[in-house]
Amino acid sequence: MYTLPSKLKLFSIVLIVLGLAGIIFGFLTTPKTIDDVKKIMAEQESLHGDSHAVAGNEEGETANFVDEARGQEGYSENAMKHATDLKPEGHGAASHEEHVLHQLQTRPWSATFVAAFFFMMLALGALVFYAIQYASQAGWSPVLYRIIEGITTYLLPGSIIVFLIVVFAGTHFYPWQDHELVAGDKILQEKSTYLNFPFFLIRAVIYLLGWNLYRYFSRKNSLVQADTNNYGPYRKNFKISVFFLIFFIVTEATMSWDWFMSMTPHWYSTLFAWYIFASMFVSAITVIALVTIHLKGLGLIPFVSDKHLHDLAKYMFAFSIFWTYLWFSQFMLIWYANIPEEVTYFIIRIQEYKLLFFGMLILNFVFPILVLMNSDYKRIPWFVVIAAVFILVGHYIDIFLLVMPSTVGHNWHFGIPEIAALLFFLGLFILVVGKGLSKVSLKPENDPFIKESENYHF
Amino acid sequence: MAATKIHAIYTDDDLLMQAVKQTRSANYHISEVFTPFPVHGLDHAVGIAPTRIAITSFLYGLVGLSVAVLMMNYMMIQDWPQNIGGKPSFTFYQNMPAFIPIMFELTVFFAGHLMVITFYMRSKLWPFKKAENPDPRTTDDHFLMEVDADNHDVEKLTKFLYDTGASEISLIENEQDH
Repeated sequence: MYTLPSKLKLFSIVLIVLGLAGIIFGFLTTPKTIDDVKKIMAEQESLHGDSHAVAGNEEGETANFVDEARGQEGYSENAMKHATDLKPEGHGAASHEEHVLHQLQTRPWSATFVAAFFFMMLALGALVFYAIQYASQAGWSPVLYRIIEGITTYLLPGSIIVFLIVVFAGTHFYPWQDHELVAGDKILQEKSTYLNFPFFLIRAVIYLLGWNLYRYFSRKNSLVQADTNNYGPYRKNFKISVFFLIFFIVTEATMSWDWFMSMTPHWYSTLFAWYIFASMFVSAITVIALVTIHLKGLGLIPFVSDKHLHDLAKYMFAFSIFWTYLWFSQFMLIWYANIPEEVTYFIIRIQEYKLLFFGMLILNFVFPILVLMNSDYKRIPWFVVIAAVFILVGHYIDIFLLVMPSTVGHNWHFGIPEIAALLFFLGLFILVVGKGLSKVSLKPENDPFIKESENYHF
Repeated sequence: MAATKIHAIYTDDDLLMQAVKQTRSANYHISEVFTPFPVHGLDHAVGIAPTRIAITSFLYGLVGLSVAVLMMNYMMIQDWPQNIGGKPSFTFYQNMPAFIPIMFELTVFFAGHLMVITFYMRSKLWPFKKAENPDPRTTDDHFLMEVDADNHDVEKLTKFLYDTGASEISLIENEQDH
């Protein structure tokens, strides 16, 4: 039996309180009117002299990275015009401030959403990993079932929070929910059969129900299996896992279109859903490895050996590469063809988020590949922990870069709202997962593969 | 140098593993083991040092990567930087996404092929190489353990190997070492 160490519990509660205070602070300090924005812009102007954040895009720097790469000055500017045209205000001095006001008001929403989704996807990814283990009748992983179930405990609270955010964010995130804008935009009108609020809501409810029901029943069957002498519950779990995986891969795709891609409704990418899945899956496996190391450190799971850790680390390694493969496939195809309606997505990310955009590649690809390539290192817990920290930070940045450029654009900062949201959800995650782990014995008795799993070695 | 060896034949891989462990703990030197298929854990039981072929492969991969980078930097950026479809050929990094598929493939190509060639050279495998198989049955269903007998009492060693479950034991004396 596991109990969340009291220090960790206190730590997570402190995180939640601090985070909550920071989130509220973030929402309260957004500018309310255009006059506030003007004041902020004037302040920044006087502070930097040469301004970069709020007013930077319109004047100043004529040649940026993208222009240089293209060898044509003003290319990115022209391509981006397309994206900024989305805002109902159009162009002009007053409308620019209105635009900035909207982005500044969106910032706490985005900050909260990034962290909320990041921690939810850890639980969801763990659930998918769990389903895959059942559906593939894996012989090595049953010793980890209780640990994964513990992590997926967070899915219910986490997904409800994410659901509330996407439903109530409205035009903060989703320009297609602005009727005035849609009325003047042919592209959005064409898409409105899919991108309309009632259908959006129904889809979100379906995702939420589907994922959480699978989590509820698989956990239940798994616990029932521990007390029975036949394999009935296991067989049930096998079946529902197969159906969940089918359901998941469809809903995951539509979820990423709904919640992320429709933030920039003029832009689309076929690979997008897989790309988000890769991010989700690799960070979830990383968290499974971290929790396993934590429990192993406490001496609670003697049946988990360094061979199991080795396998988890292999998954971390392989899916880091898989993520990079998808990231690059998406980037390179768009970069190569350089079609204005597609390339805006990357122009804003490279221009305004250059360090994060390329730094993320180092964290998500170069470090894991170098740290985890050697097979001996995969069995050393602290090596895995180092790689895990790189991967988790990297994928937080990944989600940050999905949301922020599309919603707050140039007006991003990594400040109190972002850090607070991260702390809040980290605290909540630790607390909920700790609670989930402490409910039952950590060894899934009577699982048909538990014996094989315990004696697993290679 | 006259080498005296004893060939002990086993009919089961579990028996072989057992025999290898006993022979090692009795301080006899196993010079070679012939099996029809890979026996899991045998290398460890015989006490063979872990292979370093993965390290060579990693290094070959780095060589491949360097070849790709140098080649394309020279051809596309230095030697004749043309404007091909508007792709920026001013510096290497500006046009890098277009080079990555080639960089990746050459890394894999070098790592894979050079590693295989290294494997062939280290294991002395090539076409028309004379097979070194002491008993053709070891390619089918028999397992053969070759033990050095030079400094040991052959009688005692034979008795020992018989006790480990060997189904056939033969004394081999030959002039050349292979």
